[in-house]
Amino acid sequence: MTLQQVELTSDDLRHLVSQRALDGETVLLNMGPQHPSTHGVLRLLLELDGETVVNCIPDIGFLHTGIEKNIEAKTYEKSEVMTDRLDYLNTMGNNLVYCLAIEKLVDLDVPARAQTIRILFTELQRIASHLVWLGTAALDLAAMSVFLYCFRERERILDMMEMASGQRMMTTYFRPGGLWRDLPEEFIPTLEQFLDDLPARIDQYEDLLTHNPIFIDRTKGIGVLTEEQALGYSITGPTLRGSGIAYDIRRAHPYAGYENYEFDIITEEGGDCYARYLVRIREMRESIRIIRQAIARLEDGPVRSNNRKFVPPPRSELGTSMEAVIHHFKLWTEGFPAPADSVYVPVESPRGELGVFLEGDGGPKPYRCYWRTPSFVNLQVLPLLSKGHFVADLVAIIGSIDIVLGDTDR
Amino acid sequence: MNGFSAILKGMWTTFKSMFEGPVTIQYPEVKRPVRRRFKGRHELKRYENGLEKCIGCSLCAAACPADAIFVEASENTDEQRFSPGERYASTYEINMLRCIFCGYCEDACPTEAIILGDNYELSFTDRAQSIYTREKLLNPVGPSGQATPQQVPAGMFDRSIPVMVDPD
Repeated sequence: MTLQQVELTSDDLRHLVSQRALDGETVLLNMGPQHPSTHGVLRLLLELDGETVVNCIPDIGFLHTGIEKNIEAKTYEKSEVMTDRLDYLNTMGNNLVYCLAIEKLVDLDVPARAQTIRILFTELQRIASHLVWLGTAALDLAAMSVFLYCFRERERILDMMEMASGQRMMTTYFRPGGLWRDLPEEFIPTLEQFLDDLPARIDQYEDLLTHNPIFIDRTKGIGVLTEEQALGYSITGPTLRGSGIAYDIRRAHPYAGYENYEFDIITEEGGDCYARYLVRIREMRESIRIIRQAIARLEDGPVRSNNRKFVPPPRSELGTSMEAVIHHFKLWTEGFPAPADSVYVPVESPRGELGVFLEGDGGPKPYRCYWRTPSFVNLQVLPLLSKGHFVADLVAIIGSIDIVLGDTDR
Repeated sequence: MNGFSAILKGMWTTFKSMFEGPVTIQYPEVKRPVRRRFKGRHELKRYENGLEKCIGCSLCAAACPADAIFVEASENTDEQRFSPGERYASTYEINMLRCIFCGYCEDACPTEAIILGDNYELSFTDRAQSIYTREKLLNPVGPSGQATPQQVPAGMFDRSIPVMVDPD
């Protein structure tokens, strides 16, 4: 086999390929961007010695949508709809970090009820994201029924999101200064029913996987990430905690009121695919615990700030107050100005540290918006993890670091 | 737990699930009811007397993050009245290929004229069909209303923004 089998589209990739490959001693194989196990549109250029991966060069950018630049072209509130489309498995979390950044930039208050509902939904979203991860990562290892069961439960979460926000995925439910609307009446009973059912469902997934010898053979000792490597590559999230480091932004730099909740930081020793699997399974149980605390803390009250300079007035005021109409028109056409200042806000997304850097210039649009996305940073460890493993194990490793390409390429 | 019993346990789990009812539905024969707040295809609402709620203020177009809405307003007269107040939307177009169904138009509308309804079955065979015009979006006139334009007594419909309650 010769080099002609792979089309190297850029010279940047060519210089990464070793001399052995150019001489034809090893095989170059193109994996993706349409390969189903790459969890989106990730292209991998593999250098193989037989079945063993000698080198792996990730080529990203197939899902680049220019979201950062688009956000800079729109007002603060209007660009929030784009944050949903970054990491499409963590829409509420993206909304949250973006709203937190705006609130920090313009110094906007958030009512207590809104804070609690925000935590409730981000944890619900974490469960949904981990369910998708579990389903697809297990499917990559040919465990078909886990996928079906996980999506069955995730569907119920999406239904609850539709109940509250009107959309299953692209919710835009959190808004600067609070929430879009309060929770509907039927929401809390539905959620409690779901929380009662979920632990048994997680047991069901564990029955299928945790002690299954095939699953253990495919994941234990595969893709081992040591503590030093994890810290050296700035890995965050469950991938880091699977290597035994107890770092969670919810605890290290509490935001949105997480300091008032009791939860454990889940860690596992081992640093392999199996440890990362266990971390995510246990995190789902931990999220249930946080949601139950949030339900107990829910108190009546407004869900959006009353600051008319940043938050449009309620509809009931429009027919009676001239001031309200003026604020309403000003906010929906011009937006609100933010000071010439910069903020960085990190949150713990299901994948790791999700941060947004916003710089205002005194006008209604950000001068610069930068997203520190966990998938992008965590993906960099893939070549390190995959060296020396089989191609089939590479699929397990991609699955275990839980990347979302919308998040990577943004 | 040894490997053999772990596999048996897994098999038992899948075996049991055969007796749980299916969670899938046979779309399109069976349709899942949508939730009350669902954001589907837009509708332009009318008052009970048949007048259009839209006053052509273009706030929906200004609020739209996807720039999917185009509104052109014309003057109302008491002989030819489409909506309360001075103006009405003589052209109202939504490009459904651009629309992302975020609901900002509904939030921005000061008269509750545009509502995201229940219909999610939007399909077209060419790009021109994706432009939903005013005629397509406007709700039909109710039983107690008249078609627009209406001839009305002078000074009866001067107020363009009604008194509303907060949506739930």
